[in-house]
Amino acid sequence: MSMDIEVLEDSRHHRYVLNMGPQHPSTHGVLRVLLELEGEYAMELLPVLGYGHRCHEKIAEFKPAKSFMPNTARMDYLGALIYNQGFAQLLEKAAGIEVPERVEYIRVMASELNRIQSHLLWYGAYLLDLGAFTPIMYAFDDREHILDILEDVTGSRLTYCYFRVGGVSKDIDDKFVTSTRAFIDRLRSRFPMYEDLVNGNVILQKRLIDVGELTPHICARYGITGPMLRGTGVAYDLRRAEPYSIYSEFDFEIPTETKGDCMASFLVRFREMEQSLRIIEQALDRLPEGPIMAAKVPKKLKIPAGDYNSSVEAPRGELSYYLVSDGSDVPYRLKVRTPSYSNLSVVPEMCQGMLLSDVVSAMGSLDLVIPEIDR
Amino acid sequence: MKSYFSELFTGAWSLILGLKVTIKALFSPIVTYQYPREKLVVTPNYRGHIDLVKDAETGAHKCITCGSCMRECPSDCIFLDGEKREGVKGKALTIFTLNFTKCSLCGACVEVCPTDALDYSNEYELAGFTREEFHYDLLKRVEERE
Repeated sequence: MSMDIEVLEDSRHHRYVLNMGPQHPSTHGVLRVLLELEGEYAMELLPVLGYGHRCHEKIAEFKPAKSFMPNTARMDYLGALIYNQGFAQLLEKAAGIEVPERVEYIRVMASELNRIQSHLLWYGAYLLDLGAFTPIMYAFDDREHILDILEDVTGSRLTYCYFRVGGVSKDIDDKFVTSTRAFIDRLRSRFPMYEDLVNGNVILQKRLIDVGELTPHICARYGITGPMLRGTGVAYDLRRAEPYSIYSEFDFEIPTETKGDCMASFLVRFREMEQSLRIIEQALDRLPEGPIMAAKVPKKLKIPAGDYNSSVEAPRGELSYYLVSDGSDVPYRLKVRTPSYSNLSVVPEMCQGMLLSDVVSAMGSLDLVIPEIDR
Repeated sequence: MKSYFSELFTGAWSLILGLKVTIKALFSPIVTYQYPREKLVVTPNYRGHIDLVKDAETGAHKCITCGSCMRECPSDCIFLDGEKREGVKGKALTIFTLNFTKCSLCGACVEVCPTDALDYSNEYELAGFTREEFHYDLLKRVEERE
């Protein structure tokens, strides 16, 4: 695509190039989008990546595999525990380690809390992009409770490194159980408030409905997963499609919408929070006693030669790790398939011919986390 | 024409509903804290940078200079060394430094320590002007601590 300024014969209709980012607030990080505008219409878009690239995959090739755990949290800082989960699962699968039942329950609860936290932040930040300042305050008020709960267990507030190969680093206590139950009640009572404040709002509806429509076909072409895909009516969620951990034991729904526009993915994410609460509640009810670490985890974790794959449902879509081992404890190659990277790739097609302000709505509905794209 | 007015009405009503939420929040208790004048109590489980533990009985640190933490650290931010001293079993610790600029707080060092000589500190107010301010001398810190 040519980025030259193209002046058409009629001087009123000329195209010009505008840089959105790398410091634009609505890109939530260092993403740069080259917009070729005609008046206020974005005729062509080109995302420029690489501003936050830290060679995570290469780093993995130089260290024992289990040392890579803190790096996973730095890829997607909003879904850190889910990234931990995927990686821990990968190594357990590769080394053939059986995880105690209590660990699985703790992991599921922590991951789901993390998912709600991620969606609450997206909720606030997205509406901030659209010009509504108030909702982020309410969302952060609720999010703060999750951070406090997780801080008490994991020791950190954002870039968690809580899961270990074969277990978790610290057991949960009664305080976790009571405060999580209190939080579930609290968030449930807050949903009607969110509905009143935002979901029914006429300004929001005018800005989201019919903007950035996707079809299942487009999603399949670009590899879009997560709430964007479910917004088009495809009930594809790895927790249900290929149940990992103990997700098959829980009763929860996969929220879907049919329209595929920004409003659809907005509602899907919103309803996903309710479903996550359901999962946590069931896990709390059935929480078994037991050890928090597998019995036999070797100090030097040798991975048998071969290739391994592990996929989990991250807040933004399908995350998978692919590891090739040559038999030593250091991976030969680790490939991370992150959801935002694939989701972003649809932007040039999705946003073509849109108004500039609609580009902001459409890109915000992708819920991009840039360090995950650049990793 | 009819749909125009009904849209106008539902739109206006949605805004009133939103305002109602905001007005209600205006009279609800304050949830924010006036940091730094007011400080929240940090949970004791908070993981700050690592620190050597002071043994309550002997008043000294518990490090046996085995170097497990140094080898385990994924970011190579720990450096320690010891020397042979008369009357002391094994090696005596002479230097223990932490380069906190590289630390990712994974906790591998604390977990691998055979004598539980390492623990997380509870410090979170960390800001500095130079990189060197984050090169901590943990041995000095443990000796100075009460």
